[in-house]
Amino acid sequence: MINSQETNIDTISEEKTTSEVLIEIKNLKKSFGRLEVLKDISLKLKNGENLVILGKSGSGKSVLIKCIVRLLNPDGGTINLLGENVGSIKGKQLSEVRKKIGFLFQSGALYDSMTVKQNLEFPLRRIKKDLNEQGIDDKVAEVLENVGLSNVLEKMPSQLSGGMRKRISLARSIILDPVIMLYDEPTTGLDPVTSDEISELINSVQEKYKTSSIIITHDIACVRLTADRIIMLHEGYVYAEGKLSEFEKSDDPLIMSFFK
Amino acid sequence: MKKLKIFDIKKAQSIATARSIKLSEDALDQKERANGFLQEVGDVALFIKQIVKETFSRNFEFKEFLRQCYEIGNKSLPLIIITGTIMGLVLTIQSRPAMAKFGAVTMLPGMVAVSLIREIGPIITALICAGKIGSGMGAELGSTKVTEQIDAMEVSATNPIRYLVVTRVLAATLMLPILVLFADAFGFIGSWIGVNIKGDVSLVLFIFQAFGSITFLDFFPAVIKTFLFGAVIGIVGCYKGFTAGRGTESVGKAANAAVVLSSLLIIIVDMIAVQITDMLS
Repeated sequence: MINSQETNIDTISEEKTTSEVLIEIKNLKKSFGRLEVLKDISLKLKNGENLVILGKSGSGKSVLIKCIVRLLNPDGGTINLLGENVGSIKGKQLSEVRKKIGFLFQSGALYDSMTVKQNLEFPLRRIKKDLNEQGIDDKVAEVLENVGLSNVLEKMPSQLSGGMRKRISLARSIILDPVIMLYDEPTTGLDPVTSDEISELINSVQEKYKTSSIIITHDIACVRLTADRIIMLHEGYVYAEGKLSEFEKSDDPLIMSFFK
Repeated sequence: MKKLKIFDIKKAQSIATARSIKLSEDALDQKERANGFLQEVGDVALFIKQIVKETFSRNFEFKEFLRQCYEIGNKSLPLIIITGTIMGLVLTIQSRPAMAKFGAVTMLPGMVAVSLIREIGPIITALICAGKIGSGMGAELGSTKVTEQIDAMEVSATNPIRYLVVTRVLAATLMLPILVLFADAFGFIGSWIGVNIKGDVSLVLFIFQAFGSITFLDFFPAVIKTFLFGAVIGIVGCYKGFTAGRGTESVGKAANAAVVLSSLLIIIVDMIAVQITDMLS
């Protein structure tokens, strides 16, 4: 069922919530100067699901997930992340929550002064301090295998293709065994074949690591391959919410402009 | 008395209104600029507070600190050696005629030594490092910010201030005095070469004459202020890089601002240090 902007999202979400809720956002607001990007966003991410957030460029999708991990401070509303109110925690508490989140950046955000191996080891050496050298090597090899890459350990990020950079970035995001994965435009800038491979990889990560994911995208091929549920943002509000089949059948002009 | 017509009065009123609007806009601009300046001062203070806090944290990034010391110290050394040698040589050649007028050529090594140690060595080395190291830090951290690498660190629960900033600021603070010592030493060598262009002074006699003029009060304050110069270069370079905007253009701006601001602050710190030294002596 598609819910339009006027519908009370809370009521519908509660009806649907049968499993554990990992992220619950209520009435989120975020502005940059006079530009109101998020006006009133409420949503929930349930355990084990892939939630796709769809919307035009500039609709606030990336701002939304950056607010979830407190890379941006919201102006209003609450974000409950794994039982913690993100707005009220800081320091060690915030770090503890962030350790359970994997974040794939649009640009990959690989550390360009480090090799692939050093990139992958970076979070491990700082967070999992009980791991010895062998343990670190094993974990690096495991995540590389899971993203379908090997023999790139000593390469610099600048020597990798766009698809390979995304894979390495994904490997770095999952190396701490996250509970939730946040993907910011995972297929942007990639050719259709590589985009589909990355989308398949998102599903494979969900299966292997039992993660729940929020996928920010406007790539419909990626939506079709990954979405369990879709939320569409428009002009700072949740415009519609439902399953892929419901979106594809919709006769709403805005939704049709994405799906047809 | 000239009578104003009605349309003149209206015209005068509209001009007055436009002027008052312009004045109030100017006042608002000035207020915003003043607020912006005060906010930046506050941001810098908070940035320094974070650096101090993270410097004494348990998880100090020692390996990265050593790498930064190598980057800043070792890679700047050739430039400092060449500059130091030329400084000593030029200072000696330029000063010789004036000293010769007073028959004080034998005091040339002492004069050059005091000039190099008290002022020229520290300030020239600091300004060169502001250009080389400060711009490097601004550009490197700026591009790290633009490409979301700082965000990636934060999200993976690693403190970017601890890893990127503390290591660079401490490395700059510790390496600058060492670079200044090298600049001074090679300045002496340059000066010895300069003295020997028109004279014949052995290296031992030159060193004896040079060090005979230097007191503890010449050396100690100069060393202290080089630590401050290093800290200024590190803090300004990192702050400008860390607070760079999101576009690639901001990387260049951050590098430029890092050089300009750190150079200016070095000269201001030097002026204050000279005043304090003067009062103490």
